[in-house]
Amino acid sequence: MSFNNLDQLYRQVIMDHYKNPRNKGSIEDGSVTVDMNNPTCGDRIHLTINVEDGLVTDAKFDGEGCSISMSSASMMTQAIKGKKIDEAVRLANVFSDMMLGKDYPEDLDLGDIEALQGVAKFPARIKCATLSWKAMEKGLQQEK
Amino acid sequence: MNAKELKKYFPILDQEVNGHPLVYLDSAATSQKPVQVIEAINSYYRTSNANVHRGVHTLGNRATDLYEGARDKVRRFINSGSTKEIIFLRGTTTALNLVAESYGRANVGEGDEIVITYMEHHSNIIPWQQLAKYTGATLKYIPMQEDGTISLEDVRATVTSNTKIVSVMMVSNVLGTINPIADIAKIAHENGAVMVVDAAQAAPHIQIDVQKLDCDFLAFSGHKMCGPTGIGVLYGKEQLLNNMEPIEFGGEMIDFVGLYESTWKELPWKFEGGTPIIAGAIGLGAAIDFLNEIGIDAIEQHEHILASYALDKLSEIPDLTIFGPKSGQDRAGVVTFNLGDVHPHDVATVLDAEGIAVRAGHHCAQPLMKWCEVSSTARASFYLYNTEEDIDRLAASLLKTKEYFSDVF
Repeated sequence: MSFNNLDQLYRQVIMDHYKNPRNKGSIEDGSVTVDMNNPTCGDRIHLTINVEDGLVTDAKFDGEGCSISMSSASMMTQAIKGKKIDEAVRLANVFSDMMLGKDYPEDLDLGDIEALQGVAKFPARIKCATLSWKAMEKGLQQEK
Repeated sequence: MNAKELKKYFPILDQEVNGHPLVYLDSAATSQKPVQVIEAINSYYRTSNANVHRGVHTLGNRATDLYEGARDKVRRFINSGSTKEIIFLRGTTTALNLVAESYGRANVGEGDEIVITYMEHHSNIIPWQQLAKYTGATLKYIPMQEDGTISLEDVRATVTSNTKIVSVMMVSNVLGTINPIADIAKIAHENGAVMVVDAAQAAPHIQIDVQKLDCDFLAFSGHKMCGPTGIGVLYGKEQLLNNMEPIEFGGEMIDFVGLYESTWKELPWKFEGGTPIIAGAIGLGAAIDFLNEIGIDAIEQHEHILASYALDKLSEIPDLTIFGPKSGQDRAGVVTFNLGDVHPHDVATVLDAEGIAVRAGHHCAQPLMKWCEVSSTARASFYLYNTEEDIDRLAASLLKTKEYFSDVF
């Protein structure tokens, strides 16, 4: 079954993260907690991050939402673990550029996140993909 | 009523979206506009544009006649006794806020109650939340039955002699439920409360007779009933409106202005501060003419038929959950559903790829979503231009959606 360009949106990697989310849950006594929602559609995320000496040691998310928002959150938590705060925030900026269809540094290894590139072609879904990244950026800015 | 013929009056519907003929199933969010309405607005700007109620010149008189003529069309449309009772505002939200701010703040105090239901749209919740906070009154909710209807026993149990305002939607934008407004108004009045009606989803689809309903206030928007955006109506009983203070002050609404004191124009203009929504009102008038020509009763019947057909068709789809009344006769043309584990956003994206426009989300009714124990749903809503073929397309695409997601999962 194919819906012409829909396969660009619903890539296998995305559906895998949606079905088997990584880092689902909540860190007790984490250093950063952010709750964010998308008021137009009801998606919500509860993000907890642990930071030690300027390094993200752990990140978990909980929430409700569509395949794009939940898989994006799963990928985001995976990507920022072990990164310095500045690196994680930079990644959020790169992701935002990617969603706007802008160029981003090719040397950056985005791993699974690259699968979300197709979302840029579906303007109505960009907010779904960026929710968890905005939450992460907000949380880590406080830690700086 | 011949929907296929009527569709021809709506130029926007004659297009392809993502390579498929457009099927527009989001009229509960906003309806499309027929050429008659587009032309009325166009012609007003081309031939009669001027400010109203002030010019001695010919165009000024022409614009005033058109604007006030539209008011009389609205009056007849809802069977009000006087154009003094018809106030043009931006939409239902503005109208309900006017009632809460003006009537509410003057008549509701600490210990009083404001009563609404779980199925209300945010625009009929938040003005009352704010009023309750401001006055120290209590906001109470009438519970809902399993099938998404309201029982009069629950109304009687919730409304008390302390209740000052009862505000209920006439038709639910999510469940399609048609509420027994006249009966609820009777209970409100027996307890000394005023009855406010959010008719945003009713005015486009079912007959409204404010005298039969015996409601005190009633609000609706033009854009859901073939009219333009930015125009809405507040109906209020003349005697109540007379005793209310305006909440917007400035030009157009004044009688005499002194340095430190001013007086207001008579009804309805005292509530229409600033240059009014002239083109919007004229567009709404043209929409009412269009609806009258078809007949609201015929539109209502057409939607019951479409709702019944959609309920039958969609219930054949495995894992599809439908919310609200089980019979199409008991609901307006709205069918809200979820397709198994597939999130409503994903459903809406796949349907869009098939040229079908539906709404996904919480439909501005978060308390109702909570009651349904879901965070969001998909909604197909119908209007006079929709046909059974549109619903066939929806059902076929939903089956494909289900298959698509079982493939990718």
